[in-house]
Amino acid sequence: MALAVGCRARPGKSRDNKTGSWRVFKPVFDREKCTQCGLCMTLCPEGCVHETEEGFVAPDYTYCKGCGICAEECPGTAIAMKQEEK
Amino acid sequence: MMEITEGSHAVAEAVKFCRPQVIAAYPITPQTHIVEALAEYVANCELDAEYITVENEFSALSACIGASAAGSRTYSATTSQGLALMFEVCFNVAGMRLPIVMSIANRALGAPLSIWNDQQDSISLRDSGWLQFYAEDNQEATDLHYIAYRVAEESSVLLPAFVCFDGFILSHTYEPIDMLTQDDIDRFLPKYTPSERLDAADPISFGMYATPEYYHEFRYEMDRALKESKAIIHKAGKEFGQMFGRDYSAMVEGYRLEDAETAIVALGSICGTTKDAIDEMRDEGKKVGLLKIRVFRPFPTEDVAKALLHVKRVAVLDKNISLGAKGAVTLEVKDALYNSGIPVKGYIIGLGGRDVRKKDIKEIVALVEKGQGDMFYGLRTEVL
Repeated sequence: MALAVGCRARPGKSRDNKTGSWRVFKPVFDREKCTQCGLCMTLCPEGCVHETEEGFVAPDYTYCKGCGICAEECPGTAIAMKQEEK
Repeated sequence: MMEITEGSHAVAEAVKFCRPQVIAAYPITPQTHIVEALAEYVANCELDAEYITVENEFSALSACIGASAAGSRTYSATTSQGLALMFEVCFNVAGMRLPIVMSIANRALGAPLSIWNDQQDSISLRDSGWLQFYAEDNQEATDLHYIAYRVAEESSVLLPAFVCFDGFILSHTYEPIDMLTQDDIDRFLPKYTPSERLDAADPISFGMYATPEYYHEFRYEMDRALKESKAIIHKAGKEFGQMFGRDYSAMVEGYRLEDAETAIVALGSICGTTKDAIDEMRDEGKKVGLLKIRVFRPFPTEDVAKALLHVKRVAVLDKNISLGAKGAVTLEVKDALYNSGIPVKGYIIGLGGRDVRKKDIKEIVALVEKGQGDMFYGLRTEVL
């Protein structure tokens, strides 16, 4: 982030703000239990749950704030919130 | 050319000469005559500006943000509750570094409801990052608008400015004013050409999100720009003096202060009454002088100290009160004279339109000579 006068910025600057550093609890995805329904991907407020090349879902820990909505909304028990050691 | 004009109308004419491209304001007593007159100029094609009618003051200043960010010279005016409603927007304007100029026809804040004059409204926004100019009379009220735009738009400043003049006492009073011309102001005030502005073809955002790692520095930069604006104010005021004969290079102005033993410090229209009271006290042999503060933000701490170091005592008049502490001007003067050993006493006067007369100024001088002060002056006896 640059100290521009008046905190002015070009589009796309929110990518510079790595909100992953806010996280206390980390969503851990269990591939065995995941049915690939995609609800977590739809409901993530940061849009940082994405589909992997193998067809599974995974969070982007660079931006995941650890809000836990994915774990709460998962119809199964595929996502567990685990305290993160930093 | 000398004209006998109502203060508000003189200010409106001065604003017209500044060629604002966008005006957004909401009428409120005692500021209304300014925006009424400007609306008429626009309607009569005497001023080529976009006049945006809005539903309240929050919208007025918000509309100004958009216009100013898009690169327009932008103007608004308000007072009291209207300014209070702009509180949040004022901080945003300063943080986005938009050089909007706004006239404040100073008025008390409710509750209790009062439409009359004191300076609590603008003083309450002292921490917002706006420059604050205070006019003694309507001549100064008009001239300070030209200076305000010049300073605010300077690339090293880029901060908004209040031009404050006392509601009713100045806004509704007819005085002889030396009105400059459009040609004069075109020579003094160059076109506003910001280096960055809103442009759909080249998108940019103003006042973006700052994380805790950066917010601190943005406030520092605003503080630095305000402090460095002192030199810009000096330069613009001096140039104005060279061009039109009225020198505003100093942020403070002494009156019969050189050999004074007692100094009165004040801002706004009360300085005129104080000067008359000082003349009468001088005739009686009392060595009294005035230090008028024309610019309250940035506060001219060094200038105040330099002007007052020879006096024996200082009485500060405040038309505001930081409830639970002291008047805002008193606090600044005490800071400027800290460790000087000179006693500084504050007097809260004229809140909510209470008249302050020459006899009151003389009474305050008598009080400071006795060492009595840091008080509300002239309270009704039933509250004592």
